[in-house]
Amino acid sequence: MNEYKNEDPRSSRLSAITVPLRISLLFMVICGIIYPLVSTGAAQLLFPGQAAGSLIKDQTGQVVGSELIGQSFTDPKWFQGRVSSIDYNAAGSGSNNFGPSNPALIERTAASIEAWKLQNPDVPVSELPIALITNSGSGLDPHITPQSAMVQIARISKLTGEPADVLKQLVEKHTEGRDLGVFGDKRVNVLKLNLALSAILGE
Amino acid sequence: MDIVQMLVVLAVLVLLVKPLGTYVYHVFSNEQNRLDRVFGGTERLIFTLIGVHKREGMGWKKYALSFMATNLILVAFSYVILRLQHALPFNPNGMGSLEPTLTFNTVISFITNTNLQHYSGESALSYFSQMAVIMMMMFTSAATGFSVAIAFVRGITSKGKTLGNFFEDFVKAHTRIFLPLSFIITLVLVALQVPQTLDPTLTVKTLEGAMQQIAIGPVASLESIKHLGTNGGGFFGVNSAHPFENPNPLTNVIQILSMWALPAALPYTFGLFAKNKKQGWVVFSAMMCLFLVFLSVAYTSEKTGNPAMSALGIDASQGSMEGKEVRFGIAQSALFTAVTTAATTGTVNNMHDTLTPLGGLVPLGEMMLNVVFGGKGVGLINMLMYAILAVFICGLMVGRTPEFLGRKIEPREMKLIAVAILAHPFIILVPTAIAFMTELGHGAITNPGFHGISQVLYEFTSSAANNGSGFEGLGDNTPFWNISTGLVMLFGRYISMIAMLAVAGSLMRKQTVPETIGTFRTDNKLFAALLIGTVLLIGALTFLPVIVLGPIAEFLTLR
Repeated sequence: MNEYKNEDPRSSRLSAITVPLRISLLFMVICGIIYPLVSTGAAQLLFPGQAAGSLIKDQTGQVVGSELIGQSFTDPKWFQGRVSSIDYNAAGSGSNNFGPSNPALIERTAASIEAWKLQNPDVPVSELPIALITNSGSGLDPHITPQSAMVQIARISKLTGEPADVLKQLVEKHTEGRDLGVFGDKRVNVLKLNLALSAILGE
Repeated sequence: MDIVQMLVVLAVLVLLVKPLGTYVYHVFSNEQNRLDRVFGGTERLIFTLIGVHKREGMGWKKYALSFMATNLILVAFSYVILRLQHALPFNPNGMGSLEPTLTFNTVISFITNTNLQHYSGESALSYFSQMAVIMMMMFTSAATGFSVAIAFVRGITSKGKTLGNFFEDFVKAHTRIFLPLSFIITLVLVALQVPQTLDPTLTVKTLEGAMQQIAIGPVASLESIKHLGTNGGGFFGVNSAHPFENPNPLTNVIQILSMWALPAALPYTFGLFAKNKKQGWVVFSAMMCLFLVFLSVAYTSEKTGNPAMSALGIDASQGSMEGKEVRFGIAQSALFTAVTTAATTGTVNNMHDTLTPLGGLVPLGEMMLNVVFGGKGVGLINMLMYAILAVFICGLMVGRTPEFLGRKIEPREMKLIAVAILAHPFIILVPTAIAFMTELGHGAITNPGFHGISQVLYEFTSSAANNGSGFEGLGDNTPFWNISTGLVMLFGRYISMIAMLAVAGSLMRKQTVPETIGTFRTDNKLFAALLIGTVLLIGALTFLPVIVLGPIAEFLTLR
C-alpha cells in the first residue's frame, strides 16, 4: 500500500502488535475495573437503599426479603404468588421454558387448576386469571395482577376471619398503577400485601 | 393502553434519531468541534499511553488487521481470566474455574457482541469475571462494531485512500459515547432500584419463616452497557426478566431505548456522511416499516394467547402469560422482544421459548433478515449491502450499469456482497442440519414436536446474527453446542465485516459518476420500497422452508 511509503517498515511492523496490546490492556482496566468500581461507589453514595437490593423490613425491623424478589407462600391464608419452577429460590433464576405446544405445560396448568379448585371452592375456574397459574419468566416475579389478588379474597377471608371488604380495600391500597401513568401493567406486590395483612392479623 | 404505550416509546425513539445521529457524526467526522474541548485532553493521554502518535488513515486491509488483532488479544486475556477466576479477587461467592469449551464459547460470544450465554451468571461467574471480562467486552466489542460501521460509511461516501484510523475510532467510541452514557444510565437505573454492590449473595428469613437466598452483585453497571452496546448478556440467567436487572416498566422502557437509539440513529449519521440526509431517512424508514410489521405480529399473537391454555376454561383474556412478568404485561414484553432481536441485542425480558408460535417467529425472522436496525453498526452495514444489491438488480432490469452514491457497482463488489449475503443462511442452515443428524445435537431439545426444530434453529440463527437470545430450554452447555455455536458466532461476525470493509475499500477508489437525468435515484420512496422488497425476497427464498417446519407447523397444529 503506497500511502505508507514514508514509514519505517520495522517500527510499523512492531507497532502493529504493540498498539493492539497496549490498547487492550488499557481498556481492560478502564472498562473492566475502573468503570464498575466508580459506578459502585457513586451508586452506593447516592442511592444506598436501591444499590443494596431494596430490602424490606417487617414492623420489628427484621429484614424479610427484597421488595423486588418474590417469595413462596405455602400457607393458604396468605396471598399466593405465581407458579415458580425454582420455588422462588433467588440463588438462581429461571422457568420451565415450556413451549406453547408442550404437553407438560398443559399438565402442569391442569394440576394447578385442580389445586385451585380444592382451596377455592367458592370461585369458579372461569374467573381464575391466567397470570396466576403460569410460570413467570424469572421464576421470581414479585407481582400478581390485581384480578389475581381479588379472586383469592374469599379463601383468605374464610381462613383468617377478616371481612372481605377489609381485604378488598387492602388489595386496592396495594395496587400499583402503570409507571408514569402509561407504561406496563397494573400490579400488586405480594410480599408487601402479605406484610400488610400480617399487620392486620396482629402477628 | 397497550397500543398507546408502544406508540409513546416509538415516538421517543424517532425524536432521538436526529440529535443522536448528529452527535455520532461529530464524534467520527474528525473535523474540529466543541466536543474536543471536553474529551480532547483524556483522549490525548490515551493516545500517548497506547503509543499512537500520528493517527494516520488506514487502508481497508490495515483497518481490518488492526481490529482483528485487538479483538484477538482481548479474547486471549479473557480466556485466561475465566479459567483462573477462582484464584482472582472479587470472588465472594467462591466460584470455581470455568470449563474449557464453555470458556471458549463465552469469550467468542462476548467479543463478537453476541452474548449467547451457556452459563448462568449468578452460579458460574465471580464478580471479577463479570467486570473484567463481561462488562469489558461489552464495551470493546460494541466499540469495534461501531468503528467498523463508521469506516464502511466513510469508504462508500468519501473519496480517497483511507477509511480512518481504527484506534482513534475505537478510543472515541469509548470516551465520547459508551463510557459517559453508560455511567449516566447506570445511576438512573440504580435510582430506579437496580442493585449495584460487591456484597455476596444475601440470605434472608422470609415472612413465612423459610430461608431465602438472593443472588446480587454489580448489576446496574452491566445493565447499562449491555443495552447501549447492543450486547445482551445478562448478569443473571434469565437476563432482563430478572427483577433485579429490570425492576419496573420504566427501567424496561429505558433499556429498550438504550439498545435501540444508537442503531436507529446510525442511518441518519450515514445520511450526514453522504451529505444527503434524505438517503439516511430512506434507509431508516425501510428498517422502521419492517419493524412495525414484526411488532404487530408479536403483539397480536401474544395477546391472542395460546389456544391450548384457553381450552382449560380459565380466564385467559390477558394473553399468553407463560414466561412473562406481570409488571411488563403483554405490551412491554412484545415490544422488548421485537426490539431486542431487531437491534440484535439478545437481552430478553420474557422467555422466548414460551412465546406463542407466531410470537416466536418474530424474533427468529428478525434475526434471519438481520437488517432491521441491527446491532452496533452491523445492521446498517447489512442494510447498505442490500441497498447495493437492490441497485444491482434494478440495474440489470433496465440494462444500465448500477450506481450507488455516485460510484459504479462492478463485479468485484457484487462478488464480495454475494459472499456476505450467502454466508448468513449457510452458517445457520448447515449447522442446524448437522445438529439434527447427531444425538449430540438433537439430544439437547427439551420441547417435543415442531417446537424442538425451532429450538435448534433459533440457537444457530441467534449465533449467526450475533444476537445471543435463545429458546433457553435447549440444554446447550455441552462441548458440541459450545464449540459449534462458538464457530458460527465467529463466522457470523467477521466474514461480513471483512467483506464489507473490502467493498468500502474498493468503492472509495472509484471515480464518481456525475449525476444525470438518467441516474437511478436511491433517496426516494420508490427505492425504500425496492429495498424492503429485496430484503424480503432474499430472506423468504432462503428461510421459508425451515420456518414452515418449525413455527408455522407448530402454529397450524396447536389446538
